[in-house]
Amino acid sequence: MISGGSDTSYRKQSVVNRRMFILSAAKLFVFGGIVAKLFSLQINQNKKYLTLSDKNRLREWKLPPIRGDFQDFFGNTIAGNLKVYQLHIIPEQVENFNNLIIRVKDIIDLDQKSLNKIIKKKNSQKPWETLIVSENLTWDQFVKINFYLHELSGVKPVLSVARNYPYNENYTHLLGYVAQASSSDLLKNEEIKKKHVPGLRVGKIGLEKSLENYLIGMNGVQRYEVNAYGKRINQIDHIEGKKGQSIKLTVDTKIQQRCNELLKDKAGSISVMDIFTGEILAMHSSPSFDPNLFLYGISYENWENILNDPKKPLINRSITGLYPPGSTIKPIVALSALENNIISPKFKVNCTGKIEMYGQTYNCWKKKGHGIVNLRDALKVSCDTFFYEMSRRLGVDRLNETAKKFGLGNKVFRNIFNEEKVGLVPSTEWKKNALGKSWVLGETLITGIGQGYIQTTPLQLCLMTAQLANGGFKIYPKIIVNNNDPTFSEIKSKMSEHLEKKIQGPDFDDALLDSRISSSKIGNLYKPLFRNQENVKFVLDAMFASTNEVRGTSYSSRIKEKKYQFAGKTGTSQVKRITDAQRELDLDISQIPYKDRDHALYIAFGPYKNPRYAISILIEHGGSGGSAAAPLAKKLFKLVIDRHDQREKIKKSNNNLKI
Amino acid sequence: MLQETALSGQITFFQKLRSLDYILLFCILILGLVSSLSMYSTEGGEILYHTKSHVVRFLVFFSMMLIFSFVNLKFWHSTGYLFYFVVLCLLIWASLYGVKASGSQRWVNLYFINLQPSELMKVAIIICFAKYYHRTQIHVVNNFKNLIVPIIVLILPIILVISQPDLGTSILIGLSGLVVLWLSGVNVKYFIYSSLILLISLPFIISFLKPYQKLRILTFFNPDRDPLGAGYQIIQSKIAVGSGGLSGKGFLKGTQSYLDFLPEKHTDFIFTLFSEEHGFIGSVLLLLLYAIIIYRTARIGASSRSFFGKLFCYGFASSIFIFVTVNMSMVLGLLPIVGSPLPIMSYGGSSMLATMIGFSVVMSTKIYQKKIIA
Repeated sequence: MISGGSDTSYRKQSVVNRRMFILSAAKLFVFGGIVAKLFSLQINQNKKYLTLSDKNRLREWKLPPIRGDFQDFFGNTIAGNLKVYQLHIIPEQVENFNNLIIRVKDIIDLDQKSLNKIIKKKNSQKPWETLIVSENLTWDQFVKINFYLHELSGVKPVLSVARNYPYNENYTHLLGYVAQASSSDLLKNEEIKKKHVPGLRVGKIGLEKSLENYLIGMNGVQRYEVNAYGKRINQIDHIEGKKGQSIKLTVDTKIQQRCNELLKDKAGSISVMDIFTGEILAMHSSPSFDPNLFLYGISYENWENILNDPKKPLINRSITGLYPPGSTIKPIVALSALENNIISPKFKVNCTGKIEMYGQTYNCWKKKGHGIVNLRDALKVSCDTFFYEMSRRLGVDRLNETAKKFGLGNKVFRNIFNEEKVGLVPSTEWKKNALGKSWVLGETLITGIGQGYIQTTPLQLCLMTAQLANGGFKIYPKIIVNNNDPTFSEIKSKMSEHLEKKIQGPDFDDALLDSRISSSKIGNLYKPLFRNQENVKFVLDAMFASTNEVRGTSYSSRIKEKKYQFAGKTGTSQVKRITDAQRELDLDISQIPYKDRDHALYIAFGPYKNPRYAISILIEHGGSGGSAAAPLAKKLFKLVIDRHDQREKIKKSNNNLKI
Repeated sequence: MLQETALSGQITFFQKLRSLDYILLFCILILGLVSSLSMYSTEGGEILYHTKSHVVRFLVFFSMMLIFSFVNLKFWHSTGYLFYFVVLCLLIWASLYGVKASGSQRWVNLYFINLQPSELMKVAIIICFAKYYHRTQIHVVNNFKNLIVPIIVLILPIILVISQPDLGTSILIGLSGLVVLWLSGVNVKYFIYSSLILLISLPFIISFLKPYQKLRILTFFNPDRDPLGAGYQIIQSKIAVGSGGLSGKGFLKGTQSYLDFLPEKHTDFIFTLFSEEHGFIGSVLLLLLYAIIIYRTARIGASSRSFFGKLFCYGFASSIFIFVTVNMSMVLGLLPIVGSPLPIMSYGGSSMLATMIGFSVVMSTKIYQKKIIA
């Protein structure tokens, strides 16, 4: 049977051929579509997909940045970086993590508690992320690990750096300390967030915190090609990190250490300042603690010790401790009275040991009274009766103006310490706003002897003293060395220039009347804070008498040698109101409970002939200023003056460099 | 009948050898070589399990194909139904006692090979339909009986394969079958009607889909919906292809594949790897290679005097076209992800076996092109 020629067969063939032809055309069309899609992906959008592909395969690992150092004025490192041996594990390179960690535990003698911590940490992070087993191996442990390294795959002994404070507790409150960055650190500081790597240490308080962005440095970066599971295949790139900025401070370690020694076993603060340049030579708060303890996370025991210490080591008393200044305010009260022509230096008061005013009795510290005293004597013997009378005439608002001008009730530093306190110098307006009550005249009297509402930080008192001692000029307190700042001689000539202008043009005076301008604006730097410089000189002379003349409150702490001779003012500020009954008892300090004892204060400047430095001393619950605080000044002043020449040498060499 | 036997007797071995389509054979060989090299690349430039077994399979099945090419076309014609029936039995066997892997039961363990009968069904359905329409007169093609029988024949394996579950293969079987139906003269209106019915019942069908299949369809419409989950494959595939550029990243240098960003790179996504490494030029050349294979196959069909051979060649050529198109469109993001290997390129013995059986029949058609069987 020949079917090929039949009609139906032919029709069948032609149908299938025709349809196949149509189909072929369609196929061509579809293949064309695929080519078009390929073209769009591979040619048109090639760049986009190449980027995406690189994003897939390249991953960066940030290395921890190296923190900048802190140096004292003489170039000694006071916060640096120590080489440490660390032990890292990359979990994904480990065959059996549980076996390995037990082996490692045996080799480096890890305790069970830290082992559990490590295992917990391991489970919380990605397998390719570095697991830090130990941040601080001893040399012996490091050697041992290296010895067994061949059988510990995935384990990496690493040479790293860690923050170190070589002077331990000496600079704690000034520098602060570093510890692991917390989530709130990351939230508050963009820079930390950007540079964060596991285990990164950041400043927690003090300069370490406020200068974080300068200190932190730049991360090194290692760029690896990774596979879909994040495993590193090979290193593509390595960018070296940059160490953070090293910061030089104005402090002198020798003086700082002496302050620490002087305040041993006491709660208190000592500050030393250059009265022209405003440089802080020392600023110590006691008791202190070792900031190195915080580096690897402070142990529970140590933390409890610090926290439960009744003397509260965590407080930086120099700038956050608020105390009634007591009699150390008297130079300012006297100056204010003179400046406002309330009294003349010849004005006299008869001190009988107490004074009755507005139906209340106000006592002088000396029960028997001082007899008839003039202003100079009143400052010298710190006669309260005289100051009650004088401040009554002066009024609190005028006192407020002068005190604020000289630096009380204002932050000493602008933005260096976040924790710095403002303090309080009361005024009638303040009381109305803050307490909603009118000023009571009696309050003026106790403000005049530095009690009542008035609260100052020890550093504010130091600045006040400095601005008196330099002849009454505004200065700029600083703790960070800036070689562009004016030198001593430049400042001196600026001051005398301003003084001359003041004498010539009386209009100049008015600008200074506004205390807000004079206390906070840099524009008023090195300008006079007084109306008549004679008044300042008078006060300084009275302070000299207080220290260097018989019956002066700090006479026993004087230094006779002219080179070291200083002038000062004691202060004893009450913590508790003393009842008449207690006054009668006249208890010895040892019989009063610690918490109720007076704060002892002392402010001083020297050398008297050509003053350069001011200090303020506070001993919390130390008793009287004359017996507890002033003797420390004697022990400190010699060193401060002796260090002067070396300080000048450094400055000279810096200046030579500048030129 | 007499004439036919006489003629068949006249074809000597050398005549047969000479009448083989060497261009087609050459193209298949080249494709085998390209696929082996790609397999080698999936293993990061090492000859490991996949490469070895792929090369062995290709060589074995290619030789088998050559030998079977000399089998009389009549044999394929006479065993057409039987072949379909055996594969259908294997499918039932697979759904009852099959080997389970990654959530579906597709394989039959034949002790020397794990066979995937659904792959064989792709070619069996074409042979079966070719035989059916070879016998059916053109004027009765659109009779009710002649419509319903092929539909049942087509639907049975589709249901079996869907229940495995393997949506991709069942769609490909369905498309292969439908193409043959259309080629053999089934009225276009039936296709239109049934696709309309399909469209209407689509929501209903979707409600029967497995959650992962629904996800794939949703993902197709928006791959960024879940970039690390269901959309991951298509996103990574497009990145690989797109980053290949004009001339590709170079052999063994496809970062997307050797860093394991590409899923299923030796099976369904082999074209992605090839395209990443060889770029637009390579991809178009590969597409051209497939086009030549499809063209040569269709040409053999065109010159065949046997309607069975002709219909088979047309059907097979079209099914290769469909497989290539579906696979490539899928990896390029033009179609949702359904399991569909790229013929010969993709790793997989059953698919390779089915393709080679198909080419045997094509070659046989070529050798016996002057014959009119049955």
